[in-house]
Amino acid sequence: MSLFANIDWSDIGFATLDTLTMLGGSMALTVILGLPLGVILFLTGKGQMLENRAAHTVLGLLVNILRSVPFVILLIVMIPLTVLLVGTSLGVAGAIPPLVVGAAPFYARLVETALREVDKGVVEASFALGGSRRQVVLGALLPEAMPGIIAGATVTAIALVSYTAMAGVVGAGGLGDLAIRFGYQRFQTDVMVVTVVVLLILVQVLQMVGDAVVRRVSHR
Amino acid sequence: MIRFDSVSKTYAASRGASGHAALREASLEVAQGEVFGVIGASGAGKSTLIRLINGLELPTGGKVVVDGDDVAALDVAGLRALRRRVGMIFQHFNLLSSKTVEQNVAFPLKLAGWEPAQIKARTAELLARVGLTDHATKYPAQLSGGQKQRVGIARALATGPKILLCDEATSALDPETTEQILALISDLNRELGLTIVLITHEMDVVRRVCDRVAVLEAGRVVEEGPVEEVFLHPASGTARRFVGEAEEASEVALPAGVLVRLTFKGEATYKPVLGAVARETGVDYSILGGRIHKLRDAPYGQLTLALTGGDIEAAIARFEAAGVRVDRLEDAR
Repeated sequence: MSLFANIDWSDIGFATLDTLTMLGGSMALTVILGLPLGVILFLTGKGQMLENRAAHTVLGLLVNILRSVPFVILLIVMIPLTVLLVGTSLGVAGAIPPLVVGAAPFYARLVETALREVDKGVVEASFALGGSRRQVVLGALLPEAMPGIIAGATVTAIALVSYTAMAGVVGAGGLGDLAIRFGYQRFQTDVMVVTVVVLLILVQVLQMVGDAVVRRVSHR
Repeated sequence: MIRFDSVSKTYAASRGASGHAALREASLEVAQGEVFGVIGASGAGKSTLIRLINGLELPTGGKVVVDGDDVAALDVAGLRALRRRVGMIFQHFNLLSSKTVEQNVAFPLKLAGWEPAQIKARTAELLARVGLTDHATKYPAQLSGGQKQRVGIARALATGPKILLCDEATSALDPETTEQILALISDLNRELGLTIVLITHEMDVVRRVCDRVAVLEAGRVVEEGPVEEVFLHPASGTARRFVGEAEEASEVALPAGVLVRLTFKGEATYKPVLGAVARETGVDYSILGGRIHKLRDAPYGQLTLALTGGDIEAAIARFEAAGVRVDRLEDAR
């Protein structure tokens, strides 16, 4: 028996493509939702420009609740909402809503932390130079926090890779689905090994790209 | 140009702690074109005071009038317009690390909505003025402290302000760099007619560049006047400590005799007055302390003496005739 007897490379290829599609789609939406959420979390915090205890507490609670639900559970709990949003709970499309709901709050917290790291003096100086709140947030705060915001995106993308694999459990397709159906349920260890290796490479590439971008935007 | 009418600033109480009064009924006036120093220990209210001028903080009592505007009464647009007329530099420079030197200087112009072409020309002009043309495309992290402060100054001057606020601007710099930055600040004061308010805890900074100084102690202005006056004849405890003479005559056992402090200014500083007077009047002296320095560009000296024997009154009259100010320090005994 040859080493990779059970491997259908075109299956692996399609599964990889599915995983990448899920990752790309959910990552884009995670940033679109998580970044503003993180900025609002930061700005409504104590001593910040838009300090608002009620808004900060409610948003923080929401983020914490979503973050504390294990992703496997979230996948299942979300099914009715997912069907409502994209018409199905299956396949790549069905996986994206729970992936975003799982990852966006996580990313929002990372964005909030990155913004907190920005030197308060720089923000004060930007106001002293005649900046409006909007100008200070967009022109000083976000550019200064950019290395942290991008590093946070890298961490989130890698977390999403493992979430997409988990989404395979509920029929999302992708490498995780392949690993479970063939590698686990049919005892095809070679399939398991190959999917793990592909996921590993994916994670490694994401980390390297993320680090490179951070180095590029960081001038500290 | 800047007027504080019994200005108070109390920070709201938080979590059971009572409110903190950073400034208590402080009044002072800064004239156009002068370099005004505010000196005080940390926590005396200096940074609150300077931030009230450009509305980064608002008073809880009294009135701050800057360039004709009551700062607290301005709306958002008015406040932003005021800030374009009031530049500010900081102890830790507060440059944007994500922007180049050029972009940092251009930042306030962008905030003010200038056209790109105008911004480019103005930025080049400012960088040339502070001697950083060659560093335009570097990032702040690649610069020395002195260079960073020059960027800060160029940035603060970008919108052509009438007033420059210096928040401990040289406190993070070494002595040599401090000297250079102070020289630049002095030059700008002369060239552009800038009104400058600087806060510091270093008397040396005040001595070198300021025309007038206010001494702040626990949120109150305890002394205000020409630097020369405050420096040579400090009245308040804080001022004496800053001038470094508090311990001079009080902590040592004093010899018998009449205790006097002689203040020489300008030409008199270098004249051999002391020996001549002693010979003529038969007065003997022991030197208890002394210093010689410069206030801006004028030399001055101070000697604390114990006079014994001879005609002391005549000696004092002789000193005064020679242009030396004499203060009796009877109270120091």
